[in-house]
Amino acid sequence: MHTFEFVRPKDSAAAVGLAAQTKTAQQGAQVRFVAGGTTLLDLMKLNVETPSRLLDINRLPLSTVEAAPDGGLKIGATVRNSDLAHHPRVQQDYAVLSQAILAGASAQLRNMATTAGNLLQRTRCAYFRDTAMPCNKREPGTGCPAIAGSNRTLAILGTSESCIATNPSDMNVAMVALEAVVHVQGAKGPRAIPVGDFHVVPGNTPQRETVLEPGDLITLVTLPPPVAGSKQVYLKLRDRASYEFALASAAVVITVSGGKVTRARVALGGVGTKPWRSPEAEAALVGQAADAASFRKAAEAALRGARPQSENAYKIELSKRCLAHALQTAATV
Amino acid sequence: MRDDSEAPRKKLTRRRFLSTAGSSAAAAALIGRATAAGAAERGSPGAVAEGPGIEGAVPVTLRINGKEQRLSVDPRTTLLDCVRETVALTGTKKGCDHGQCGACTVHVNGRRVNSCLTLALMHDGDEITTIEGLGTPDALHPMQAAFLAHDGYQCGYCTSGQIMSAVALLKEPCGAEDAAVKELMSGNICRCGAYPNIVAAIQQVRRNA
Repeated sequence: MHTFEFVRPKDSAAAVGLAAQTKTAQQGAQVRFVAGGTTLLDLMKLNVETPSRLLDINRLPLSTVEAAPDGGLKIGATVRNSDLAHHPRVQQDYAVLSQAILAGASAQLRNMATTAGNLLQRTRCAYFRDTAMPCNKREPGTGCPAIAGSNRTLAILGTSESCIATNPSDMNVAMVALEAVVHVQGAKGPRAIPVGDFHVVPGNTPQRETVLEPGDLITLVTLPPPVAGSKQVYLKLRDRASYEFALASAAVVITVSGGKVTRARVALGGVGTKPWRSPEAEAALVGQAADAASFRKAAEAALRGARPQSENAYKIELSKRCLAHALQTAATV
Repeated sequence: MRDDSEAPRKKLTRRRFLSTAGSSAAAAALIGRATAAGAAERGSPGAVAEGPGIEGAVPVTLRINGKEQRLSVDPRTTLLDCVRETVALTGTKKGCDHGQCGACTVHVNGRRVNSCLTLALMHDGDEITTIEGLGTPDALHPMQAAFLAHDGYQCGYCTSGQIMSAVALLKEPCGAEDAAVKELMSGNICRCGAYPNIVAAIQQVRRNA
């Protein structure tokens, strides 16, 4: 691990000021916020992340979950994943979020990992994590050996010629289906970013994973008021029953009335370069009968743009079945 | 092993042997912090274990197993390395060092964490509990006794992490069935495959609680 200076900013403004001194908030950032540390320290040990300064934000007042005035929920940036998953309001009104968080990592890691850290969780692509290998995300322009290499777990949606790395988060998938909003304190003031716009697809700049700029500090994530009568399910498929990343997952929030789907929010995990909202599946569902045929059609629509690699074509059918099953489960809850 | 090691063997522990056998300057430098901490007396309250010439070392105060430890560490020092090397509490094990195996599990303010993925400096003032703080050979924690009774280990390397996880689990939301225990223990890997006995040990403690 490279040496670094450890700083504990006295407040959010000081944290933003110090963080604004980095040239990029993306891969290669010289200043990093640290909260749980579960991604960052892992990558620093691998020399994938080499910040010269760490800003410890654990003592900043960003660790509460509160009711929002509009009936939604305000989730602090440093709320631990385990606390969020077990929060009564989350369990009652945003069950898909609780399910998604508890489907990820281990109990120990969930006690450490935070809301904002999980939003910024990095890919598990083996080439990204190995500094002996080329990787466009880690070292732009060096190439993507995953495309002709080991890509069984990598993405089939949102890929480019430069990068096929999967976003590994479970929490993010639920956040997208719930249409969360990420609140950022930046060098130029605060701003709110819909989570669907927060992550970006790799294109020709896979080193850029989010819209964050130098100085940007995620302070909280808000959830809109719960949709009355909606059914929520997170379904995760993986190589073993626990403590493993998704090969395919689905977060669904649907409302069924008179046997028909009246509202649908659908997001996929384990298959996209970012947490993958599927407006195609949502459009295919609304107004249709809440039955297996409709759910299969929605799944077909969601994966229509999929581009398989040499080892992961199985993910197309797996993801379809995952989504159809999640919808079926939600409709019969 | 050389034959002439017979005489000192009785007084020699494996750890002391490994700590003193290194003859190169590099080895001496590597173990410098551990021996300095040993000199400051293991676990003594208020002891300042200063590494010899650690450039850029930063002071931090941890409460480890109820005792205040005023330390000085390189900022890169993980909580795991701090506990093992600086404070010389070696019951906590380093397995993968990447948060994948759970051998390093300790409690921070009563909650279980992977001590390999957090920095000592992030825990100034925090209450740390390691396996040494759970029970003693004469007064085992009920979970330690249950692991013994159910043979919840083979090689033992993962055991302290398993037990620290299991003790924390007692205070977490967890269903009554074995499957719920397995799910919440999935962050602790046992390459020997002692899982059925580990689950049995945990369930016995839960039933008796």
